[in-house]
Amino acid sequence: MAKITMVKAVTDALDEELARDPKVEVFGEDVGKNGGVFRATDGLQARYGEDRVYDTPLAESGIIALANGLATQGFRPVPEIQFSGFIFEAFDEIAGQMARQRFRHSGSRTYPVTIRSPFGGGVNAIELHSDDFSGLLAQIPGLRVVVPSDPYDAKGLLISSIRSDDPVFFLEHLKLYRSFRQEVPDEAYTVPLDKAAVKREGKDVSIITYGYMVRESLAAAEELAKEGIDVEVLDLRTISPLDEEAILATVKKTGRVVLVQEAPWQGGVSGQVAALIAQEGVLSLDAPIGRVAAPDTPYPVSAAEGAWLPNKQDIIDEVRATVNF
Amino acid sequence: MKNLDFESLKFYTGDEKPFQVLSQDGEVVNPELMPDLSDEQLVDLFKQMLWSRIVGDRSTKLNRQGRLGFIAPTQGQEASEMASNYAMEKDDFLAGAYRDIPQLVKHGLPLAQAFMWSKGHYNGTKFPEELKALPPQIIIGAQYAQTAGIALGLKKAGKPNVAYTYTGDGGTSQGDFYEGLNFAGAFQAPAVFIVQNNGYGISVPRAKQTAAPTLAQKGVAAGLPCFQVDGMDALAVYAVVKQARDYAVAGNGPVLIESLTYRYGAHTLSGDDPSRYRSSDEEAAWHAKDPIERMRNFLVKKGLWDQAQEHAYSEEVNAEVDAAVKELEAQPQQTVSEMLKFEYVDTPAAIEKQIKRYEDKEAK
Repeated sequence: MAKITMVKAVTDALDEELARDPKVEVFGEDVGKNGGVFRATDGLQARYGEDRVYDTPLAESGIIALANGLATQGFRPVPEIQFSGFIFEAFDEIAGQMARQRFRHSGSRTYPVTIRSPFGGGVNAIELHSDDFSGLLAQIPGLRVVVPSDPYDAKGLLISSIRSDDPVFFLEHLKLYRSFRQEVPDEAYTVPLDKAAVKREGKDVSIITYGYMVRESLAAAEELAKEGIDVEVLDLRTISPLDEEAILATVKKTGRVVLVQEAPWQGGVSGQVAALIAQEGVLSLDAPIGRVAAPDTPYPVSAAEGAWLPNKQDIIDEVRATVNF
Repeated sequence: MKNLDFESLKFYTGDEKPFQVLSQDGEVVNPELMPDLSDEQLVDLFKQMLWSRIVGDRSTKLNRQGRLGFIAPTQGQEASEMASNYAMEKDDFLAGAYRDIPQLVKHGLPLAQAFMWSKGHYNGTKFPEELKALPPQIIIGAQYAQTAGIALGLKKAGKPNVAYTYTGDGGTSQGDFYEGLNFAGAFQAPAVFIVQNNGYGISVPRAKQTAAPTLAQKGVAAGLPCFQVDGMDALAVYAVVKQARDYAVAGNGPVLIESLTYRYGAHTLSGDDPSRYRSSDEEAAWHAKDPIERMRNFLVKKGLWDQAQEHAYSEEVNAEVDAAVKELEAQPQQTVSEMLKFEYVDTPAAIEKQIKRYEDKEAK
């Protein structure tokens, strides 16, 4: 066990899987000698060689198409999209190809591709380097979308994703890469896909969230505890398909819910969670569903992001309103 | 057969004449390029072209009767499609598009399954384990980008095979077209890229796609040997594709080939009317270059083919079509629960819930 950052946990997971399975290949822009612009692939090319960890030409559609092609030959590709704001260049290869290849084959072939990509704001970056497009990805049938919120989950979920015979889009929040450390086992382990996790037990109100907003929610919960509000925090971890059982269980337990997402309001994951609760958990509710999300604009210029991003105070305010309804 | 000079073809200027072997009356006009095919293989290649024509004509009728669904006509492109495919091996990997169904069948997909795909039955793409191919691609150019990855996979696995792919003239305008060439070139992957320039992307003529004098020369920018071939000349198509395949398998990297051909019919049988965008004079000029007639003239002169053989073989193909239609029409009704079941290898709980919901509905 060592205390490591999330970016190190990602590197360790890739390292474990490259060592374990000769069919695993890591590639993308700058992932080779440079070790990735966030150093997520640091040292891997030196360890596994240029045949297993390599730079590609600079074209996102080509990168995911390369993965889709390699998958037909029995490989287990782990391509990186350098920033998830660049996915539009590759959207056909993700949504029109990778996610539906098994379905298009009526189940007669498998496509075990795991796309890794940093996402999310709060690091003062240029345009299209901070966006949260998780809702767009979550609407693609056939694709699992996995979002860790801490180093332990990052390592275990990435290992599970790479070992999965289905395609996964693995979103790594930029602000979580180095913001804190956590005890993580040195050896390989898995954290199950499709399973949410209660990150803080509570009895008064449930916050359902994912990604960096798990951290903000946990911080908000500590503050709220001082006023006697006992908050449960459910980390979705896999945002598509949803762990419906875990969502309905926490709703049943507390009877009050606040849905928190970093992405803009419209069309996001929270909307789907709200629909599930409205359909199957409404009789457990003692108050309307509360929501915290970003405004419906594109991600703003960097110095404005503090005003734009949902934060701890927004969550505290919404939880109070829900509890005091 | 004389070897093509692939190194100089990396600097193809577009001024060179398309490769040709046969004149329209079946004379060998370029003996240097004449491929090394036995009499039996020559007849076999011709039979595949004839097969494609007959299946195409029958499919059109079956579509009009409502017994088949989506059809993208291939009549006129038999040399381009079947002779290029004939140059490939069983373990080469085919990434075709919606007009490349004849190649897919000759590469190993049972005709009945091709018909199921046309009709929209999911059993059509339950591919046999040994079939090295992707289902027909619908997004223009996507298969080009994927071919680079397939070819790189073959190279990494040390297999003596190529990935081969097709697009049309319109497809060369897509970003994925260029990304495919560029990635395959950068990785020196064994890929053969074939452009079937049939004159039109639905209704938009080739001249409106690009200012480039030829589509072949688009390969130059990616460092690929590239050239044009007379796509109505089966022996020329076979000769150059076979050489391109051998070149790629030998580890020299990918090749781009532009095959000059023509589709006699509509873009698809889903409402396209070619009389809106091309003249009957133009159509007649291309019919005069008919690829089947040209190959038949050659074989008849050599004494390898006659009317009686053609009649007997046509009967055979018609019987094959009848049997495939029978198999298509015997397919079970499709269910949503089945679709949900084959969507994932490891089915998530949320999907299990949907399977249950649809199974209940289907049991009523």
